[in-house]
Amino acid sequence: MEMPEIVVENLTKRFEGVTALDSLSLEIKKGELFGLLGPNGAGKTTLINLLCGLVEPTSGSVYVAGHDVRREAAKVKELIGVCPQDATAYSFLSGRENVELFANLESVPKAKLKESIDELLERMSLTEDADRRLGRYSGGMKRRINLIIALVHDPEIAFLDEPTVAMDPQSRRAVWGFIKDLERNGKTIMLTTHYMEEAQELCDRVGIIDHGKLIALGTPAQLIDKFQAKNLEDVFIELTGRKIREEI
Amino acid sequence: MNFQRVSALVKKDLKRLVREPSALFMIILFPIMLTLVFGLAFGGIGGNQTVTYQVGLVNNSPLGQSSNWTQRFIGNLASVEILKIQPYSDNATAQDDLIQGKISAVIIIPQDFSRSCDSFESAPTDPNLWTNTTLQVYVDSGSMFATQAITPLIQQALATTITGQQVKSTSTSIQISSPSLVQASNTTAFEFMMPGIFAFASIFLTMIVAQSFTLDRDCGLLKRINITPTTATEFMSSQAISNMIEALIQASVVFAMAFAIGYRPKGDISTLALAFVLVLVFSLCNVGFGLITATLAKSPGAATGIAFLFIMPQMFLGTFVGASLSQSAQSISRFVPSYYVTDALTSLFLRGAPITSPSVLVDLAVTVVCSAAVLMIGVVLFKKYGKA
Repeated sequence: MEMPEIVVENLTKRFEGVTALDSLSLEIKKGELFGLLGPNGAGKTTLINLLCGLVEPTSGSVYVAGHDVRREAAKVKELIGVCPQDATAYSFLSGRENVELFANLESVPKAKLKESIDELLERMSLTEDADRRLGRYSGGMKRRINLIIALVHDPEIAFLDEPTVAMDPQSRRAVWGFIKDLERNGKTIMLTTHYMEEAQELCDRVGIIDHGKLIALGTPAQLIDKFQAKNLEDVFIELTGRKIREEI
Repeated sequence: MNFQRVSALVKKDLKRLVREPSALFMIILFPIMLTLVFGLAFGGIGGNQTVTYQVGLVNNSPLGQSSNWTQRFIGNLASVEILKIQPYSDNATAQDDLIQGKISAVIIIPQDFSRSCDSFESAPTDPNLWTNTTLQVYVDSGSMFATQAITPLIQQALATTITGQQVKSTSTSIQISSPSLVQASNTTAFEFMMPGIFAFASIFLTMIVAQSFTLDRDCGLLKRINITPTTATEFMSSQAISNMIEALIQASVVFAMAFAIGYRPKGDISTLALAFVLVLVFSLCNVGFGLITATLAKSPGAATGIAFLFIMPQMFLGTFVGASLSQSAQSISRFVPSYYVTDALTSLFLRGAPITSPSVLVDLAVTVVCSAAVLMIGVVLFKKYGKA
């Protein structure tokens, strides 16, 4: 039997008395596009930070591609690409220079670098603006650069923390297509989102997280069926008694 | 160590230097302005004017037997271009004029001056046969340049009188009450300040480093870099390299500006090379202070304020600003790294000391040790408490 690509076992994380994650267990298969849904403060970003080795768990274990994140963080970092929630790049560099910088940090071979960057910029409709400084980009353009930076080294596993938030519908559709392509290329993807329709459209399976606990897990169809709901939004209301957007 | 990562980070930092107005000002424009303003104010620009000092002379040596020693000494003093000798009949009048600022110094030739010179001349290698005496020198403590310049010039005139050499290479029977090791002559105030200006410009790297680290931390950029396989060693190496390049640019700009307005330091190309090495090593110290600042500061604004806790002592105690420090402040200044950089540069540029001179090598060693220690403390503190 194939080993899961991501394994989370009884993971707990407390920050100064606040429990961000509470005995959370989860497995994600290789090549799966997994959606993590939940309101602000539910623990989604904390889980991604733990999976990247950015923070230490209070208790429990995390394995990525068979590597214990706590002990083998360096190996894990070579396998993953992370798109943080806030568009994070250097405003004094152009879009292309930002992507080049992070491609170099990920040791993308020089020969492949230009081709990869050009392809990704084209894919995200940023070719024309690639040489403008990031400080002059719109919010949506910064978010697209943010995503390119995360994926420029063609990682095996991608953690995408709300990659489409505040994007216009057209850009969001383009990003969805991009994420779908990643899945088709066999990448393992964990996607956090507030948008239920996004999760329903893209994800093979979803987990709903609230107050640090995983309260539901399954394919969108399974969850809709189980809770006799019209869509994932209704599933969330059924489980928590409130709309997810009320928390944003 | 992956050089692809290090060079990418260095390139990024150098682009920041060129593209961010605040960094460009602090690293390039500020040193240019500093050198120009000080050159204009203190004699580097505008005809290379020479500062002159009125020096009172009280001759207590009896006339007659061996008085030619005294006359020779007075003649040698008078031949120093920047000293204007003014004879006084008594010490009280001379001291009065000194207090009133009419003269910059008073020299008192002791009664046994000629006897002491005779004793040295007859037995230059046997101190047991010398008649030891002291030449009293009082200098206007309100003039930071007089305190530095006059005593060495008297020392030089005395050495010429007794030994026939300009530089006092051996001990003699006559001591100066407050001797200094400076062997300067015909020097403008600007030239006195230049070694300190070199160190001064580099001190502000502390603020640049602290601001860039806190800003990158606030924006999540440090976290983002931390997600990549870049190691802490690679990241810190890139910081060290980029800041050393910035310091090199600063030092080159300062030197070029000073040279353009007439500054000609003593020494040769090796002297200049060692001066740049000193500035480079010192820049690492300022990176360390910058990291400590970034650890303490919660925002770029706070970093600017906290950076001054490190900048001010270095500036006032260790560069040209501290040239007229009190005795106690001079003792405290030994605890700031910039003091050793300025002292070494002063020895090289002003005293014409060779690069192998023990005092220069000691200053270099202290600068290396201080810089390594401060950088290490900065890296450890930032890694442990500053990244969050």
